[in-house]
Amino acid sequence: MKKSSVVSLALKWTILIIVMLAIYLPLAVIIIYSFSSAKSVGGNFGNLTLSLYSKLFEDAELLDATKNTLLIGLVSSVLATLLGTTAAIGIHYMRRKSRAIVDASSQITIVNTEIVTAMGFYSLMLFLRDTLQLPVNFSMFYLIIAHTVISTPYVILTVSPRLKQLNPNLLEASMDLGASPMRSLITVMLPQLAGAMISGFALAFTLSLDDFVITHVNSYSVGIGTISTYVYTKMKHNIPNQIRALSTIIFTVVLIVLVIYNIVKNKKAKQQSLH
Amino acid sequence: MRKKVKTFRPTAFAFPYLTVTIVFVIVPLLLILVYAFRGADGSFTLNHFKDVFGKGYFSKIIDTVGIAAVSTVICLLIAYPVAFILASSPFNKMAIFALLFIIPMWINFMLRIFALNSLLGIIGIKEGYMAAVIGMVYDFFPYMLLPIYTVLLNMDKSYLEASKDLGANSFKTFTKITLPLSLPGVISGISMMFMPIFSSYAITDTMGGAETSVIGANIATLFDGNADNYGLGSALSFVLLLIVLVVVFLSTSLSGRSAKVKKVGKVS
Repeated sequence: MKKSSVVSLALKWTILIIVMLAIYLPLAVIIIYSFSSAKSVGGNFGNLTLSLYSKLFEDAELLDATKNTLLIGLVSSVLATLLGTTAAIGIHYMRRKSRAIVDASSQITIVNTEIVTAMGFYSLMLFLRDTLQLPVNFSMFYLIIAHTVISTPYVILTVSPRLKQLNPNLLEASMDLGASPMRSLITVMLPQLAGAMISGFALAFTLSLDDFVITHVNSYSVGIGTISTYVYTKMKHNIPNQIRALSTIIFTVVLIVLVIYNIVKNKKAKQQSLH
Repeated sequence: MRKKVKTFRPTAFAFPYLTVTIVFVIVPLLLILVYAFRGADGSFTLNHFKDVFGKGYFSKIIDTVGIAAVSTVICLLIAYPVAFILASSPFNKMAIFALLFIIPMWINFMLRIFALNSLLGIIGIKEGYMAAVIGMVYDFFPYMLLPIYTVLLNMDKSYLEASKDLGANSFKTFTKITLPLSLPGVISGISMMFMPIFSSYAITDTMGGAETSVIGANIATLFDGNADNYGLGSALSFVLLLIVLVVVFLSTSLSGRSAKVKKVGKVS
């Protein structure tokens, strides 16, 4: 190896390691201090203890926020997957002009800045409740709708490319053999879309879990909290220590899920390349 | 004989989604538009826009553009080299290694901000402008890295070899080939960070101290159950919408131009 390439390789490793440290040091500090009795992160470590984990399960507000986060995330991403997949199928069969219009409208929430989207949902509710005097109000249900609306375009973006790859002859063959269009769609097309639908669901779920602005704006009048709004509100005053335990659990779950997912994916890719 | 369905066009499948989009996306935008130009008595007015410029909100928007630009540039300056290294050999064969840089994307962002804020506290960086910028860079880093990395990884390596064969040194190869070809990734990274910062008041409120804020915070408080400020909040939202349109227009025309460069490059 040439001397210059050794130097450049060393430089590359140095940059990567520094950035990696910057990314993971904050997470590592929280994980370490989740097992401590310290009053604040970075303070005197105190005793090695699991007390923050038991405190976590006594904190009703935080448990409630976790429950809300998961409930809103799961329901909205199931809805977004259904809505997005059917929309992708519909858009796929549209003529070029109408397809362009629908595609453009699905981009609105993606390119728009979140605070304006959030204010849109807020204005809509005020309009329905106060101007039209309808018996509706901000609620868990409304948050689920809002999350569904913002994540559906991402499901469409995931499912549409897969639809374009499908062999149209399979669907035609199924109909030629006497299956109704609906039955052909369910038995022939949907199974081929399953992978893309799962990716779309995962994306929608992550988006929902990560959301802060839309939930915050549309929930503070009724006091429904998610993990994001809980941490935000508490960080402004005094954050309870058990949040370290919750963070540690979430970091670990995310890491395990992603590593398993990638191992499975790599295995599948290898199997496919063998065939 | 049974009638055969010749052209199968289940466009109706898109109708539920279209209905949802009209009710929950288009109508709310129209409402914002109406409220922005509507006075307390229901008549047309431009007073809310006068307030946007008169009550100091415009300078808040300029400040937000400032912090967004500073954070985005810093993030780009860190993410580009990392993406470049990860896409070059020997790192391009270690997919799991690149994944490690992107994993934080899947961790709740408020918890990441909490973790970062704790670390900054330990090393003695106080709440303020710098802490807020660090927060933005940390939060958006994976979103900046991923598009640049993807473009660099999928780049046709034969261009690089051709450039070297024709006698260009590695610096010239980078500025003439790699950088222009990676521009679409850079633009998409920038657009995933620049505008979202306008709404990132969660970061400035928790890390920025009293003097640092983004316009999103003002809009959120203006709407906070106070009907009087409703028009002003809508007018501000309307101004943000215009900024979004300008940014989208700029980024599409920029990436359109770089796509043209690509095409021309292929022909010659």
